[in-house]
Amino acid sequence: MLTATAIRKSYAGVRALKGVSFDLAPGEVHALVGENGAGKSTLIKIITGAVRADDGALEVDDEAVDLARLTPARARELGIAVIYQQPALFPDLTVSENIALTLEHGGAWRRIDWRARTDRARDLLARAGAAFDPDRLAGSLSMPEQQIVEIARAIGAGARVILMDEPTASLTDREVDRLFDVVRTLRETGTGIIYISHRLDEVFTLADRVTILRDGETVMTAPRGAVTRDEVVRHMAGRELATVFPKRAVTPGAVALDVRGLTSTTAGVFDVSFTVRRGEILGLAGLVGSGRTELAELIFGLRRPDRGQILIDGQPVTIDRPADAIAAGLAYVPEDRRRHGVVLEMPIAANTSLANLAAVSRHGLVQASRERALAERFRQDLQIKASSVVANAGTLSGGNQQKVALARWLATAPAILILDEPTQGVDVGAKAEIHGVMQAMVERGMAVIMISSELPEILGMSDRIAVMREGTICAIVDRADATPERILALALARPAAEATA
Amino acid sequence: MIVVARHRAELSIALAIAGLGLVLAIRAPGFFVAGNLLDVLLATLPVLIAAIGATLVILAGEIDISVGSIFAVCSVTAGVLAVAGVPLPLVVLIAPLVGALLGAINGALVAWLSLPSIVVTLATMVAWRDALRWITQGAWVQGLPAGFQWLGLSQASYPVAALIVTAGLALAILRGLTQVPAGRAIYATGSNAEAARLAGIDTRRVRFWTFAAAGALAGLAALLNAARFSQIPPNTGLGLEMQVIAAVVVGGAAITGGRGSLAGTILGVVLLGMLGPALTFLGVSASWERAFQGAIILVAVGVDALRARRVTTMVPRREPARV
Ligand SMILES: Nc1ncnc2c1ncn2[C@@H]1O[C@H](COP(=O)(O)OP(=O)(O)OP(=O)(O)O)[C@@H](O)[C@H]1O
Ligand SMILES: [Mg+2]
Repeated sequence: MLTATAIRKSYAGVRALKGVSFDLAPGEVHALVGENGAGKSTLIKIITGAVRADDGALEVDDEAVDLARLTPARARELGIAVIYQQPALFPDLTVSENIALTLEHGGAWRRIDWRARTDRARDLLARAGAAFDPDRLAGSLSMPEQQIVEIARAIGAGARVILMDEPTASLTDREVDRLFDVVRTLRETGTGIIYISHRLDEVFTLADRVTILRDGETVMTAPRGAVTRDEVVRHMAGRELATVFPKRAVTPGAVALDVRGLTSTTAGVFDVSFTVRRGEILGLAGLVGSGRTELAELIFGLRRPDRGQILIDGQPVTIDRPADAIAAGLAYVPEDRRRHGVVLEMPIAANTSLANLAAVSRHGLVQASRERALAERFRQDLQIKASSVVANAGTLSGGNQQKVALARWLATAPAILILDEPTQGVDVGAKAEIHGVMQAMVERGMAVIMISSELPEILGMSDRIAVMREGTICAIVDRADATPERILALALARPAAEATA
Repeated sequence: MIVVARHRAELSIALAIAGLGLVLAIRAPGFFVAGNLLDVLLATLPVLIAAIGATLVILAGEIDISVGSIFAVCSVTAGVLAVAGVPLPLVVLIAPLVGALLGAINGALVAWLSLPSIVVTLATMVAWRDALRWITQGAWVQGLPAGFQWLGLSQASYPVAALIVTAGLALAILRGLTQVPAGRAIYATGSNAEAARLAGIDTRRVRFWTFAAAGALAGLAALLNAARFSQIPPNTGLGLEMQVIAAVVVGGAAITGGRGSLAGTILGVVLLGMLGPALTFLGVSASWERAFQGAIILVAVGVDALRARRVTTMVPRREPARV
């Protein structure tokens, strides 16, 4: 029902797509995988008319579409809808208004039939597999609920092709399951779905076919059963990759960070106490909304605690602002790095040095050559795909922007590093690199707190695992005693037997 | 290659200036007579200094429309003090200080009360201007002491000194913006305040100090302007905010902050500053000056928008709803 042939696209000299072909059948989930910067998002944007292709052909329902004139409005008429990783709703409008906004036509002065609007919203939500009140404000919805609203919008627009660009990157496993149910329902009604994800497990549970992109070219398209996970990884990277976690035992040193009774009612964090030692990775597991990010923000001075104490190397410290935290040897890599991490208008080099300008300065002046050398080192370590380190961060693919933000904090060589979802949105190869860098840092005596919603990552990298539930740490489990079932049961507050069932 | 791409905005204004210069050289060579160039220079330097301040504020993602009023308050204060017999060096010091103080008021309201800068500076613009009108009752400051004009220098040496001071200031800030951590902090704050905050930058202090600096620069500009005349009208600096913001925008800076350069602003000031005298020399009625200015601004932001559109296709500008 949708065929793209020999699509080409260059951005100011960067060849993002070098002749990609792709097709989608009705009632099919077709996964699109590839390393960061392979061109997945670019292909999606071309199909939805958000960016213009240089060359190539597109057919929808056997009818040629003029790619040179394709606009987002025209793509919508053709029944193509897109759902981004970050839902783009209007937070101050209700769900039904959000849905109506893109669906209702007619003059600006027509009368609004509120009842019909709400009814339709409810109906569409039901078809998208959810039953929440359409009168709620979009801003009060959780991330997966917002995604459902986007899907409802797509169904309402009569979309027969739905493109999803990393829809699960900020969801936990349980929420992912819910999204999958919705996707399966859509598939049964004959909707074609293009699904982009870096989580290969998802691809293998959901997709009917898989297309692999590498450096802007199609490497292969195969039905799910015809390839193995390892083959996919190999084709994505163009080389063999280690698939095990690079975890080596480190003898932990003295206690680096000691948090005692940290409480903030506004942040929803209650009486949290834990320690992290030098050379140790403490995994912070829990559901989305269990207060992990808020806890990190309290420690880093982004929020003020009501009560509690923070000791660094045994000394009580007062942290009122991020600058205090940085001075005390802390670093925090935030979760939503595209919005809070990178400064899009700055070159990669300036982004890398931003939190640590002193290291590349002499007599108070930033030395451009040293700055570039620093950025260059991280570009290689983290495999950041960029034309050069003086290119603006805004020209990078999503995953590569994530890596730049990560580089900034690794460059500060902190004593205590807090990572919030460190490998979200990065490809398998880069994930292994990031884990490798983490391991190297603890071997040099750094203390690491890693927040992650990916259970394998938590289990694979942590020395101890603190499980958060409803704003407090409900248990701290040693690596040796940790099983997926146990962690999950703790996070959900259910007996282990039930969680495994 | 990269150098050209990075400085495309600056290059195109430089070309526009060269083009205008060429037309003048052919059609009205009288423009390049030393006396005229000197006049243009002396009139442009104060605007340039105020525009440097506006650049800092706009790069930090804010806007200051009270510069004209601050400029007027500083001009009148300097004049009144000089008439009262305060020694000249002290007057030279006090004018920028008064400006810094007024700028700091803007900055404090924006940074610590989180008020939108357009509202704050609109209010202070009106407040200072009306206070001045009320206090002076519209009277010009007259009877300035002999040394006040040309700030104690000779008429011949003053332009050189003014040029050196302005150039030194511009160069220092130009380097500072790219090479001193504080300059980086301004760009980072204007481009993505949240990321800047997380990187340990105190974005409030950045906002406060850029406003204070803009005020101080407006005070200095007022001084250099007042020195050209033998009396000071209280309505001086009317419309200055438009002149300097226009120069910054023409210079390729994003009005939303985070992108732009001081070099661009300087070229923008030169282009817009040349325009009026050039039109006069070319025999175009002076009433066309504003229309031409408007056209130049539209072309500049139009080009900028086209460029921005190509870049932002990558990052949807819509703000996602947050939980
Ligand atoms: N606006 C732009 N300007 C310059 N280069 C760009 C722009 N947008 C994308 N690119 C480049 O095009 C290439 C493909 O980017 P794209 O966003 O399609 O990658 P992706 O496969 O979606 O990666 P990710 O998994 O990281 O999201 C990258 O090399 C990127 O740097
Ligand atoms: Mg992408």
